[in-house]
Amino acid sequence: MKIQQISLFLENKPGHLNAICRTLANNEINIVTLSLADTQQFGIVRLIVEEWEKARDVLEKAGHVVNLREVVAATVANTPGGMAEILDTIGKAGVNIEYMYAFTYRHESKAVLIFRFDDPDKAIEALTAAGRDVLDAPTLFAK
Amino acid sequence: MNTTPIIDNNIWQPEFECMAHSERKALQLEYLQGAVSRSLRNPFYKKAFADKGVSVDQIKSLDDLQRLPLTTKADLRDNYPLGFMGIPRNEVSRYQGTSGTTGKPTWVAYTKNDVENWSNLCARFLVSGGLKKEHTVQLSFGFGLFTGGFGLHFGIEKVGAAIIPISSGNSDRQLTCMHDLAPEILICTPSYALKLMDTIQGGDIARSDLRLEHAFFGGEPWTENMRTRIEEGLKIRCWNNYGLAEVQGPGVSGECAYRNGMHIQEDHFIFEVIDPDTLEPLPDGEQGEIVITPLRREGFPVIRYRTRDIGYIINDGVCSCGRTTRRMSRISGRTDDMMIIRGVNVFPSQIETALMRIDSVAPHYMIEISRPNAMDEITVHIEIKPDMFSDSMIEMHKTKREIGAAIHSITGLNMNIDLVSPNTLKRFEGKAKRVVDHRNLVD
Ligand SMILES: [Zn+2]
Repeated sequence: MKIQQISLFLENKPGHLNAICRTLANNEINIVTLSLADTQQFGIVRLIVEEWEKARDVLEKAGHVVNLREVVAATVANTPGGMAEILDTIGKAGVNIEYMYAFTYRHESKAVLIFRFDDPDKAIEALTAAGRDVLDAPTLFAK
Repeated sequence: MNTTPIIDNNIWQPEFECMAHSERKALQLEYLQGAVSRSLRNPFYKKAFADKGVSVDQIKSLDDLQRLPLTTKADLRDNYPLGFMGIPRNEVSRYQGTSGTTGKPTWVAYTKNDVENWSNLCARFLVSGGLKKEHTVQLSFGFGLFTGGFGLHFGIEKVGAAIIPISSGNSDRQLTCMHDLAPEILICTPSYALKLMDTIQGGDIARSDLRLEHAFFGGEPWTENMRTRIEEGLKIRCWNNYGLAEVQGPGVSGECAYRNGMHIQEDHFIFEVIDPDTLEPLPDGEQGEIVITPLRREGFPVIRYRTRDIGYIINDGVCSCGRTTRRMSRISGRTDDMMIIRGVNVFPSQIETALMRIDSVAPHYMIEISRPNAMDEITVHIEIKPDMFSDSMIEMHKTKREIGAAIHSITGLNMNIDLVSPNTLKRFEGKAKRVVDHRNLVD
């Protein structure tokens, strides 16, 4: 039920993020979503792509520092309170969120939340038990 | 040569400082023979002398010094901790330390006689630079292993002036002390004086409420431009002196009332200037690496110690102050990569050792030093390696903190840590150039 996320070290210099996107585009890799965490000095780019192995290889070859991380993707209804409910479930399960980001899911009125948990298995269990939609890779990347 | 004194011309030990050349040379030779005998208690010198085929009884003139082996910081390190000690442990009266190249300090030992000589030699440059018995001195060097604190303390005590051993740091407390106890004299690093200058300019204590007249600076390289800036900004006069723990600490040389360079205490130290590449001696006036043989040391007798400091000897006749000793220039640089940051010696290899605590193969790095305001700032740029990288910002900050803490534990300094992408730092052919110094320490 887990998704592979690619993270890259990003120096806060003009053109660095563009170079990453350009490398992926040149290899015909589509970015499903991209999230950026940054400080004054450096940043971390987190990417969800279907062909993560190919993406990792081409990015490493281009000289980037790459890290793989299993994250959890869950859908949430695009309505008031949807997010709060999901966070409640996770909170009650006693799992910590290290970071999260969201993106809109295809054409449905749903958003996908990507989580890095300290204990992803326990989180998946709690979310599933609460009737939340946890996405596996085929579902997430289904066209 | 300046022939007008800036302050009263006083001499602490005229019998030695103003001695006739011939008399001093005879004394130097006698002392050199003693120094060599003492050094031979150390297996390192036994072997080095044997390798060169020299024995003590072959030292018949000062020129024979050239036949003796040179000693480097690496030799001291290889004989860690006390291989260079010239006496049994129970004769040591004091240990001081200076930073080594690997994270461990270089330990130096002093006998009671060494401390007595050291006191007088510090008194010499303090008196020649204006210290009088009736003065009060704020001593803002760290008291500890650093030779600056205790060395100057001994010298001031010898002269009989009052000491405020306030040690380094805490500018507000320094200024309160300077105001309330009204010292005429301040002793600190020149960069710390610049910091105090800024604190005064922006604070509650006005310069006009301070009695301060005079300062002695040491512990780090500085320039004539800095002297002018501090003298104008703080409305004081500043005096320069020189020394290093490996041959004693402060008191090796210092400026007189005429400021014609720093008078070398030649009855205690023989100075040579060599070409650092060919190791050949250079004539007076030519710039090169300063090599010092302390003549009287019992605790730590080193022979021809390569200081790595670059300077030259001034030998243009007797100075108007009456001292007959040769003088030395300011230090204009180093022959190795050693940096002096806020008075602390730092070697790139120490940074490397710290980085290897985080990752067994140290990443490529570069050290950048600047002096944006008054204080030295040092940034270590580090090319990130895959196993140092994490998708979690918390982890990344933790890694940065760990690197900073490892560097601090080895150097004692807080440095900025800057993580950069791989292959973005400049590479150099041959010997890696790890240090970029923007401080402009040469006028
Ligand atoms: Zn003089």
